[in-house]
Amino acid sequence: MSEQFEPRIVAFFCTWCTYTAADLAGVSRLKYAPNIRVIRVMCSGRIDPQFILEAFAHGADGVLIGGCHPGDCHYIEGNYKCLRRAHLLKRVVQDMGIEKERFRLEWISAAEGDRVKTVVNDMVAQIKAIGPLRLPSRFKQWDAEMRELEATVNHTEEMTHASQA
Amino acid sequence: MTEKKEEIRTGFYICHCGHNIGSVVDCPAVVEYVKGLPGIAVSRDYKYMCSDPGQELIAQDIREQKLNRIVVASCSPLLHEETFRKATSMGGLNPFYFQMVNIREHDSWVHTDKNAATEKAMDMARAAVARVRFHRALEKKKAPIHPDVLIVGAGIAGIHAALTLANAGKKVYLVEREPTIGGHMAMFDKTFPTLDCAACILTPKMSSVKNHPNITMWTYSEVTSVDGYVGNFTIKVRHKPRYIIEDLCVGCMACIDACVFKQKFEDEFNQGLSKRKPVYIPFPQATPQVVVIDPEQCLKLKTGKCKESCAEACDRKAIDFNQKETIEEIKVGTVIISTGFKSFDAKKLPQYGWGIYPNVYTALEIERLVNASGPTGGDVVMRDGKHPKRIGIIHCVGSRDESTNKWCSRVCCMYSLKLAHLLHEHSEAEIYNFYIDMRTPGKSYEEFYDRLLKEGVNFVRGRVAEITDWAMNKDEEDHLVIRVEDTLAGFVRRIPVDMVVLATGLEAREDAQDVRRLFNIGCGGEGFFMERHPKLAPVDTFTEGIFIAGACQGPKDIPDTVAQAGAAAAQCLALIDAGAIELEPNTAFIDEQSCSGCKSCISLCPYTAITFDAVKKKAVINEALCKGCGTCVGACPSSSIIQNLYEDDQIFTEIEEVLAHV
Amino acid sequence: MPAKPKVALYWCASCGGCEESVVDLAEDILFVIENVDIVYWPVAMDFKKHDVVAMKDGSISACLVNGAIRTSEQEEMAKLLRQKSKLLIAYGSCAHTGGIPSLSNQFSREQILKYVYEECPSVDNPQKARPQVRLVENGRETTIPAFRNVVRALDQVVDVDYYIPGCPPTPKLLKQALLAILSGQLPEKGTVLAPDVALCEECPRKDSKPIDLAFTEFKRPHQILIDPEKCLLAQGIICMGPATRGGCEALCTKGNMPCTGCFGPTSRVRDQGAKILASICSNIAAKDDEGIQKTLEGIPDPVGTFYRYGLAQSLLRRRVDLGAEPTTEAR
Repeated sequence: MSEQFEPRIVAFFCTWCTYTAADLAGVSRLKYAPNIRVIRVMCSGRIDPQFILEAFAHGADGVLIGGCHPGDCHYIEGNYKCLRRAHLLKRVVQDMGIEKERFRLEWISAAEGDRVKTVVNDMVAQIKAIGPLRLPSRFKQWDAEMRELEATVNHTEEMTHASQA
Repeated sequence: MTEKKEEIRTGFYICHCGHNIGSVVDCPAVVEYVKGLPGIAVSRDYKYMCSDPGQELIAQDIREQKLNRIVVASCSPLLHEETFRKATSMGGLNPFYFQMVNIREHDSWVHTDKNAATEKAMDMARAAVARVRFHRALEKKKAPIHPDVLIVGAGIAGIHAALTLANAGKKVYLVEREPTIGGHMAMFDKTFPTLDCAACILTPKMSSVKNHPNITMWTYSEVTSVDGYVGNFTIKVRHKPRYIIEDLCVGCMACIDACVFKQKFEDEFNQGLSKRKPVYIPFPQATPQVVVIDPEQCLKLKTGKCKESCAEACDRKAIDFNQKETIEEIKVGTVIISTGFKSFDAKKLPQYGWGIYPNVYTALEIERLVNASGPTGGDVVMRDGKHPKRIGIIHCVGSRDESTNKWCSRVCCMYSLKLAHLLHEHSEAEIYNFYIDMRTPGKSYEEFYDRLLKEGVNFVRGRVAEITDWAMNKDEEDHLVIRVEDTLAGFVRRIPVDMVVLATGLEAREDAQDVRRLFNIGCGGEGFFMERHPKLAPVDTFTEGIFIAGACQGPKDIPDTVAQAGAAAAQCLALIDAGAIELEPNTAFIDEQSCSGCKSCISLCPYTAITFDAVKKKAVINEALCKGCGTCVGACPSSSIIQNLYEDDQIFTEIEEVLAHV
Repeated sequence: MPAKPKVALYWCASCGGCEESVVDLAEDILFVIENVDIVYWPVAMDFKKHDVVAMKDGSISACLVNGAIRTSEQEEMAKLLRQKSKLLIAYGSCAHTGGIPSLSNQFSREQILKYVYEECPSVDNPQKARPQVRLVENGRETTIPAFRNVVRALDQVVDVDYYIPGCPPTPKLLKQALLAILSGQLPEKGTVLAPDVALCEECPRKDSKPIDLAFTEFKRPHQILIDPEKCLLAQGIICMGPATRGGCEALCTKGNMPCTGCFGPTSRVRDQGAKILASICSNIAAKDDEGIQKTLEGIPDPVGTFYRYGLAQSLLRRRVDLGAEPTTEAR
């Protein structure tokens, strides 16, 4: 990777507020960093903490959740459930060595297209500053220690064949 | 739960959307890329996928190429998901074997780096292609639509919508917070550009509302709770006590004459330019013609001690000091919100002197002042008792101004012209209009402006800096001086006048946020209710079955308001006459086999759709009540709840695939 | 008479409890011995590694491996036994999901060694000596297994056919699994041989669980007198039951202790900790940041609580900012 580090951010946006805000950012032709990949859910309450961990585990450098402002949930209270989970998940993620900048929860209403732009740009800049996470390559690096044995095991196999012979 | 082993044959279509997508995203490159993905049978680009030939292309490919999954990369699913689902079903495939990729609003419109945008399009296309494999055939469910309609706010928008619906034979509940219907329009004197009298065109409609057999008109009432969903709302309405038995009062006003008080309280309808008693009727044509007693002012209600001469004077015994507020519950299928606007508070711009100099007026005050039934009977006499010889009208007060409201209030130029005409007509004063730009787009509006130019009204282009009574020369003494940079002449002018009129802009109501929450709709950043789509769904909201009309959606004049009210009524009618609405099948269900009955999900549902089956000891979701938020699914500790269209595997796949790019 | 199926048992990074659980079969062990030939079981029988090496590939019908994989020797043995066995079965939490040993995935190899050989209060090691992988002394070479950076579940090292969960598995589950193996009536490869429903289903306290938990505080078992009848979550105690596979017959909750999750998640769950977190947090009463945070103070160690037996198999596997030190070189 000689080129500049471009963070990969997976975003989970609720359809009613933040996804619509991102649509509005588009309609308003606001320009922001192309690093996010948005996954639409009906409500931020649908966002399973597994999704965030799954995203990190599959190479996300950051995960962004976008939901309706407190009190404004299209489904009355889904965003509160999201908020409560995010509180503890943030601790888990940090306890597991992931910098807090990489997991972000933002309330962005359907009218706040400009906030989508600000938040995404800000997050991209922050993650650029702390560098890549890229867990799949870390996993690979960790598991490289198991390759040491390959020689031994092959050797064992040879022995086995020898003993069978 | 086992997927049937069928060969996946996916059709992928990328839309250029003219140049909207094609100029940023390299569509042919995406087509080529997608061809290499698993399960792809067809990968094409097309100029306009949403066009008839674009849709036909999908349908034809399904038939001829035996496709069983469809992915379209184009605009936002919020815009065209339905279109492509229809195209999918046109080809004979269940419409839910379709997934949409938003590469316009979320990609080509927001990025400038073509490579990065193309890469993003590929990532999202790959994710959709992978996700759609996990889709299932689903059926849309239908919810019946209750034929009654609730209209909140009875200004011209609410009135027009109510009459339209009632004339079509639908039963309407029209709820108004004030003691009378009519709204702002009832306060206006004449209307631009035709100068027909507002009361003359409005009051007949008001009495039609009152008399219409299909309209239940509730004034002095407010909606307090809203439950349910499209087709099936349960609404609670609070009737505030007016201390008058409405059915008995005939509006003879004998009680008003009899009241022991002198006229000493500010008359809201006349913008405080006149006084009224604690028992009053807002204005002569108020509808209903029923008096109201202000409990904050009435001696009897405040202290319990009064000789109750009003009650004595009422030969119909309509006065009831013991009236209490009542709550009424109704069922409706659709709702129109037409709660109107609030005038900008001129106090926020002290440099214009409203509230400081008595002869500075707001436009609404002038509407009352020039009105024949207003506080002066139409005589333009100022607060100091004098008649003005020179009047300055200042446009854009609380509009087009970074420090107050950024937006153009759309009506102020036109009503300022109207007021210039009326003030001149009523007072023969010399009139100055101070404007930034003159905005007169509308039928016969520019002609009206022309007429005013010919009538000799002075127009000064420039935003007024301040109004002051600090005279710098003899001519300015005892006058209000308007200091303004005349941007056409190129110098700062000081223009002494006797009277100043502030063309205050339009804002959202103070309680718009409360109303928004009550009805579960959205507000834009400026506070007005948000429409579902600015062009294609201007009276729809994000909540099905709830529509908006008039100035609560944004500043607009009477013709536009009436047009919107008609549109909202038509939207209600469309739903009512269809009899039922198709609901997105994104509801959740419990996998009974794997549910442990831990009950973690039950209280999470705001719609009480989840209950505990005491016999099976498992949770059960009532599909009719489920609105498809998926909160229970996210929370289920054993992943035993499945949300249609948002299944775990579908989302996990999406996550993995957007990140799969190496 | 056809030969009896050959069975092997082996232990890796484990406490020995799984071995005990085999003996817990009690008289049923006789049935086992009657029906199978135990060809390798280091804890109980005197076979050596070279005996296994000498076996034909695939000659062992079923091999039950317990314990997580932490050292090169365990890796090697796992690979060897895989090669020799038709069915390789991860037996117990450690082999299944990493178990308690995988909690050490929160620390680096160096942190662990430093603590164990230097900082631990009971250690007397003034030279700060550390074990060396290879030592030549007086011309004699001694080697010991390398201590890896990462603790792994068995299937992160070798292909695994079935899993028997639990810390340790119950004799009942072991017996059922053995019967299934003997009869050849085995489910789809990769199946966990326990019910695929969360523990609550079989918990005697289930009926006492209220519909609305609305947590305002969490307590740890030693902080209160636990009501022996009432749902533990309803008492503010973190119980992993809702997110944990059943099949243990609620041993812990019957013993007045909360479930700590040893059976791992149900089959549809990818991360047990994330799911119990989702369910518990969703049911917190507070809606504001401060209130939520205050309630969550009662969970001082979420990773240790929610991933007690499964950190190795969690989506993140290990503290991600830990690197990988060389493990075989001498220090």
